[in-house]
Amino acid sequence: MELLTDLMSNFWIALVLKLLVVALIIPLIGMVIGFAEMKLSAKMQARVGPYFAGGRWGWAQLIADGVKFFQKEDLIPRDADRPVFKVAPIVVMAGTVALFVVIPWGPGVIFRDLDIGIFYALAISSLTTVGVLMAGWASGNKYSLIGGLRAAGQLIAYELPLVFSAVAVVIMAGTMSMQGIVEAQVSAGYPFVLLQLVGFVVFMIAALAELSRIPFDLPIAESELVMGYLTEYSGFRFLFFFLAEFANMFSMSAIAVTLFLGGWHLPGIPADVLEFAGPLILIGKSFLLVFAMIWFRWTFPRVRQDQLQSLAWKWLIPISLANVILTGVFKVVL
Amino acid sequence: MSSRTVPGSGLWKGMWVLLYTMVRTIFKPKKYLATVNYPKVKETPVARARGVIALDQEACTVCMLCARNCPDWCIYIEGHKEEIPPDKPGGRIKVRNKLDRFDIDYALCMYCGICVEVCPFDALFWSPEYEYSEAQMGDMMHDMDKLQDWLATVPDQPELEK
Repeated sequence: MELLTDLMSNFWIALVLKLLVVALIIPLIGMVIGFAEMKLSAKMQARVGPYFAGGRWGWAQLIADGVKFFQKEDLIPRDADRPVFKVAPIVVMAGTVALFVVIPWGPGVIFRDLDIGIFYALAISSLTTVGVLMAGWASGNKYSLIGGLRAAGQLIAYELPLVFSAVAVVIMAGTMSMQGIVEAQVSAGYPFVLLQLVGFVVFMIAALAELSRIPFDLPIAESELVMGYLTEYSGFRFLFFFLAEFANMFSMSAIAVTLFLGGWHLPGIPADVLEFAGPLILIGKSFLLVFAMIWFRWTFPRVRQDQLQSLAWKWLIPISLANVILTGVFKVVL
Repeated sequence: MSSRTVPGSGLWKGMWVLLYTMVRTIFKPKKYLATVNYPKVKETPVARARGVIALDQEACTVCMLCARNCPDWCIYIEGHKEEIPPDKPGGRIKVRNKLDRFDIDYALCMYCGICVEVCPFDALFWSPEYEYSEAQMGDMMHDMDKLQDWLATVPDQPELEK
């Protein structure tokens, strides 16, 4: 322990250690969720799913996939905008990693407890879409371009309900800090989802659209756009997009858990146990939401572009705005 | 009376079906799994499965109907006339067609089964065998001896439906 504090006091060593932790955690979470998606979707369709790699249950399937991606040729199309094409996966991954900064894992366990935590999280999560747009533009491919532009249109439409439903929670908690929001729920004695059910539903729908998961996967839309903005990517760059998608699923779920489901807190667990159990509780709750996302993906068909836009502009934004106003009125009156 | 449903109820119904299927597949895989662990466990194909086409060389008369009807032109047939000397002196010589080559290129075949349908002498049969993949594309060309070997795997014809 003393050695660790000694090491952490040196800025550069601490930086390298933190980077190592991030470089381990994000692919690990991505792989766990990716494997869960493969296996659960198989069970939902009464299939076996991956079972060969690694012996039992095919647990090494995603590792085998990763090794496969490493062996692939790194193709860059002739008409591609080379520097942008190369940077795009890094931008997507950077947005993903930056989102992990403000996730409160437990009491006091957070990379940086920013005063504007939720604002930062919502802002930085849009960076992923910028990367997607870059990828779509730089590929020099019509399908990629259409996919990238669809992603941009989707971001503009669904960023608003996402922010508004978070605003209602911020009004209730009276703070924008992620730890502050969790502590507000602890002191209130109930998770905010009880009073903000509408906000929670709107947030989850908008988060699905932000992640461009089915039923909002128009930027990828295999049957129309080949693979959307991913069409021209191969090898390690493709792996980056792939891991970022699954890690993003986790971080968006973790933010939803923090805002609405009480974060690392479970009623009835004493404070000294929470010190250690906090991260596990947060991960458990987040995986429940991730499961819901996987469940939606294999249930619902893809929406049409006009349905996507009208759902956001005609329904989600008015509902979440009304939610904000109501929450504000009640906050002032009560 | 048309049965009316609540709008949006299909969403919940679909989600319920998936959850239900998932739970029962996880807990009772033996009963509810629809697929098998392929290389370890193998399914028995149904009796009329279109796996591979078998050839009965004795029955073939080199009439070329199958080759001409094949939409993919994946059947190669060559043959020659064989003269059988007359029984009595001064009689007419008998002629019969001898099959020299009968190849099916399974890299091209689309398993339509027209050749089997069209064969007037019942020389072609469907066999349910399906494990004959090759590492090289060229090896998908099955010659007539190999096609003759498939004949052993052809099941007895199922009874006609009444």
